[in-house]
Amino acid sequence: MEVTASSRHYVDRLFDPDPQKVLLGVIDMKNAVIGNNKQKANLIVLGAVPRLLYLLQQDSSGAELRTECAVVLGSLAMGTENNVKSLVDCHIIPALLQGLLSQDLKFIEACLRCLRTVFISTVTPVQLLYTDAAVIPHLMSLLSRSRRTQEYICQIFSHCCKTPDHQTILYNHGAIQNIAHLLISFSYKVQMQALKCFSVLAYENPQVSMTLVNVLVDGELLSQVFVRMMQRDKPIEMQLTAAKCLTYMCRAGAIRTDDNCIVLKTLPCLVRMCSKERLLEERVDGAETLAYLIEPDVELQRIASITDHLIAMLADYFKYPSSVSAITDIKRLDHDLKHAHELRQAAFKLYASLGANDEDIRKKIIETENMMDRIVSGLSESSIKVRLAAVRCLHSLSRSVQQLRTSFQDHAVWKPLMKLLQNAPEEVLVMASSTLCNLLLEFSPSKEPILESGAIDLLCSLTQSESPALRVNGIWALMNMAFQAEQKIKMDILRALSTEQLFRLLSDPDVNVLMKTLGLLRNLLSTRPHINQIMSSHGKQIMQAVTLILEGEHNIEVKEQTLCILANIADGTTAKDLIMINDDILQKIKYYMGHSNVKLQLAATFCISNLIWNEEDGSQERQDRLREMGFVDILHKLTQSADPSLCDRAKTAMQQYLA
Amino acid sequence: MAELGAGSLHGGELAFNYQERELNERLKRLYPAVNEEETPLPRSWSPKDKYSYIGLSQNNLRVHYKGHGAGLCRLASKVIRVASKVIMCFVFSDHAGHGKNHKDAASVRATHPIPAACGIYYFEVKIVSKGRDGYMGIGLSAQGVNMNRLPGWDKHSYGYHGDDGHSFCSSGTGQPYGPTFTTGDVIGCCVNLINNTCFYTKNGHSLGIAFTDLPPNLYPTVGLQTPGEIVDANFGQQPFVFDIEDYMSEWRAKIQGIIERFPIAERLGEWQSVLQNMVSSYLVHHGYCATATSFARATETTIQEEQTSIKNRQRIQKLVLAGRVGEAIEATQQLYPGLLEHNPNLLFMLKCRQFVEMVNGTDSEVRCFTTRSPKSQDSYPGSPSMSPRHGASNPHLHGTGADSPTCSNGVSSGKNKQSHNKFPGLSSSSSSSSSSPSSANYSESNSTDSTKSQQHSSTSNQETSDSEMEIEAEHYSNGVLENSSTRIMNGTYKHEEILQADDSSLGNGLAEEGCTPRLLCGGNQAATERMIQFGRELQGLNEQLCREYGKNATHKQMLQDAFSLLAYSDPWNCPVGQQLDPMQRESVCATLNSAILESQNLPKQPPLMLALGQATECLQLMARVRSGSCSFARVDSFLH
Repeated sequence: MEVTASSRHYVDRLFDPDPQKVLLGVIDMKNAVIGNNKQKANLIVLGAVPRLLYLLQQDSSGAELRTECAVVLGSLAMGTENNVKSLVDCHIIPALLQGLLSQDLKFIEACLRCLRTVFISTVTPVQLLYTDAAVIPHLMSLLSRSRRTQEYICQIFSHCCKTPDHQTILYNHGAIQNIAHLLISFSYKVQMQALKCFSVLAYENPQVSMTLVNVLVDGELLSQVFVRMMQRDKPIEMQLTAAKCLTYMCRAGAIRTDDNCIVLKTLPCLVRMCSKERLLEERVDGAETLAYLIEPDVELQRIASITDHLIAMLADYFKYPSSVSAITDIKRLDHDLKHAHELRQAAFKLYASLGANDEDIRKKIIETENMMDRIVSGLSESSIKVRLAAVRCLHSLSRSVQQLRTSFQDHAVWKPLMKLLQNAPEEVLVMASSTLCNLLLEFSPSKEPILESGAIDLLCSLTQSESPALRVNGIWALMNMAFQAEQKIKMDILRALSTEQLFRLLSDPDVNVLMKTLGLLRNLLSTRPHINQIMSSHGKQIMQAVTLILEGEHNIEVKEQTLCILANIADGTTAKDLIMINDDILQKIKYYMGHSNVKLQLAATFCISNLIWNEEDGSQERQDRLREMGFVDILHKLTQSADPSLCDRAKTAMQQYLA
Repeated sequence: MAELGAGSLHGGELAFNYQERELNERLKRLYPAVNEEETPLPRSWSPKDKYSYIGLSQNNLRVHYKGHGAGLCRLASKVIRVASKVIMCFVFSDHAGHGKNHKDAASVRATHPIPAACGIYYFEVKIVSKGRDGYMGIGLSAQGVNMNRLPGWDKHSYGYHGDDGHSFCSSGTGQPYGPTFTTGDVIGCCVNLINNTCFYTKNGHSLGIAFTDLPPNLYPTVGLQTPGEIVDANFGQQPFVFDIEDYMSEWRAKIQGIIERFPIAERLGEWQSVLQNMVSSYLVHHGYCATATSFARATETTIQEEQTSIKNRQRIQKLVLAGRVGEAIEATQQLYPGLLEHNPNLLFMLKCRQFVEMVNGTDSEVRCFTTRSPKSQDSYPGSPSMSPRHGASNPHLHGTGADSPTCSNGVSSGKNKQSHNKFPGLSSSSSSSSSSPSSANYSESNSTDSTKSQQHSSTSNQETSDSEMEIEAEHYSNGVLENSSTRIMNGTYKHEEILQADDSSLGNGLAEEGCTPRLLCGGNQAATERMIQFGRELQGLNEQLCREYGKNATHKQMLQDAFSLLAYSDPWNCPVGQQLDPMQRESVCATLNSAILESQNLPKQPPLMLALGQATECLQLMARVRSGSCSFARVDSFLH
């Protein structure tokens, strides 16, 4: 409480009638708060902020006093998050923005410095920068005033540019032209803040990125400026941020993935950032950025996989906190603990990208020490970020047939995966269910135990999700599950899903859901006994659904899949009748046999071929009936087709008549 | 043989010359610390140091496998080869097994080992053809390692093999290392001589560390094993695919960072006082008297040498640097009696310089005929031919005078290399450290001199006396001495100080030199006669010295050079005209200054220059004891 007493004295002096004494009081206050969080908190509690803001806003205060007020406020903002909150609650931002209209450079710089400190705090809503439309253009105009204004404004921009809208606003106000030349400033701080600005502006933004590639800075292409900033003798922070800029420009489509500045400069730079020599934060940043860079391109994945033993290097990310750090140094342990989650998730992400396409790389990843164990334990970590990254990694690796049959089985990855699916946020669920799809592939030995652990109910409930991605994954997994499955499983699926849900999915707005549902139907309706059984219980509804889809506005793939289902139905003994009595369907088949698309013709012909197959009961009647309907003429015509497989198919069908 | 056809020989030769030039330039840029006279760099494969199955072509850069005889023989060996490869991979567990003892493998080493002074060394090999099986190894080996092997199989041999991508570290069993390589790939091998590691690159991508704890003196090596295998080496003939210079820049920054942040584990302030001492002693040594005093005042340190003594030296130095060597000799004889008598070589050198300055028209003996100089009135017109008394002169000192002392050229690299080693006994002359009674007169006139110059400075600069350093620095940089502007030479500014102190005399004289055609001895007949006479006296002195000490080649040369000036109508633009350059006074000045200091039992070199010389020498020693970091710790990168 003694502190409060002395703090009170500082606040009281702000109200002195003599402006000179007020100034001295503010300067004393400035010296008292530097580095003293308790003092800062006290002053805020005692109401110093509104008074300082008042003094700052009065023209009568004089330039020096106003500047000192801004300095003190900036100092208060350097304290705890609560301090920043209090300042924001006192409407410090509009006051400071107003201050920027002054002519006095020192005052402007003090305001900007304070604004910068407030905006880089996570508790400040960035939207406050954009509420007044005049602010951004004014900040742009202040960029030419001094090195300090350049540094602070760029820093504000890079922290307040969080959404595509923000990017567009800054872009439309000429951020690129105004900031580009700052990259070659003499001041390292200005260079760095300008560079950071570009990294946030370019992120996932094709418009900005396309503009950036054509920008010249002092006669040099911007990408070359970034390449220069990645030189190995430059500070790490600069190398890393420049690599981010080029990564974002590449991902936004502005730079080709086979461009030398990506292949020979950005990629190796990011790999270096993952090395043990770098700080933990840098390694996290490096790995995440690299994961993002190589995600869509198999060639980059291949290069990264051979660069500097990256795959082995990443294994080190799992060794924090190390046993050594725990013993030697409490501070170090604390630091390691804080970054351990981040490191693990970054490594998982990068492994996921590395193994996205290439089987050899997947093999190398899985052969890394304890890899599968790490993924398995990652799946049940408390941190959502780690769980998500681990399941992403698992998903990537699950694309390998060989791994599904071997290491996935050895480590029973399905167990934690199923557990993860019970209760997880949506993004984790999407990845996990997608991985499950792969685990349920016919050749996967995990299929059996997954079924036994109640996967069917879980997947059926996913198909009712709000999220299209989850519905797709749910029905996709069911489709894989039904592929060449025994009858019991098929009936279990049908029962659990219910025909109502099945038909609801057939009218799903998401075409992927529709496709996978048709796929499920097709898998359910395979092998004759299964077809017969299912058609005898659900025949009517299925025929209705098929008719509906064939009549609806759907793309070729959907129609083809539907015709294939029809062909499967036509293979069933009793199910044939369901088609033969349905004139409507027969007309549709006829129509698709004459369609311009070969795939549809092929599927429709296949269907007819099944109907007229000789050895079946009642084939003679069906042949006669279809001849009456003019199918023979069509088949005859199709035997002349330019497409060899269609031609073959039609000939096989014609032979049924000749026999 | 697939050598160059005779028709294309001429063109090939041209290309070769061009390549050679590019190679030299690139090697110089990459490895500036390497002294190729001591440790030549690898430039090609050695036709002598190879196994007989290896063929070389294209200036010994292309390596191909030619095997050992007829087809039948090869066919037979193929079976063995395949078998042994299998044995090597799976059965090999005992070290001396015959699996690695492969009959067909053949290697070639480069002409020279990699010098440690490279710091970081790099070469690339392009796979022109993988031949039949692509059993190729790229790496390093020590001299004497069996060439009937692929690199990596034996002790002191290291290799990366194309067929399996494994690295072989002195062992028949490889470790999984990197990707395989084949036709069209460019494989690079980088040896880091700072931490003794090695990494490879494939098509410009670093593959990570392959070997650690490498021994010194390894040769670039390649090995081939099956017919048709052809590889081309690039030791710098062409640009590298991998950006090795970027990698080097990282290590340069790293090592400079280590030096800059080197912890000074001493008590607080001790380091600072050492630094202050270095600066102060440097200023004192070169006679920057006023600056030294201000510095001492500001840092609250003391100066060892007496003020008057510094000023005496300063005065003498000024005279030499102004080309008034005759006066300088007089002053030295006055202030330090016995010094020149004990040091006949120095005296001779000074007199030679005096003669040159007479030609130049700057020495007071000829100036008194041409211009009215206030200075020349103080000077002693007495005969310069006054023969020095030869007391206990030191015979060891013969031939040292002409050598430029370290202090003046310690900055400019190269020259000072041997100076420490060569004359270890230089300071042994036990001359009487006589503080001459007459020096009082001099110091008086001198102090007025320096105040005059200070006033001059302060009026033009409006600065307080605290900033004398800056003022001097300005003098130094304004380039009156045209060719000294880029060098940090101790005497440079002093020319000017004199110039400003009595600009009525010298200043005009010097200015004339620049714009009007210069004439021998200022164009004065009497002066020329005086010069001729002085020349005769100098000749006489030389003969006398010869009689007393025996012949001295250095003296003879100096005399010859000086007299040669007279043989040309325009001495300033003649082959020996270099002598007339005022820059040449600096070494004379420094030698004289060192001799005076030595006679006063003060160090003949300032500690700063000693430290600099030591650092330079240390780096060369590091190169010799194979500590690679020397290449990135260049002394010049710390001098600004």
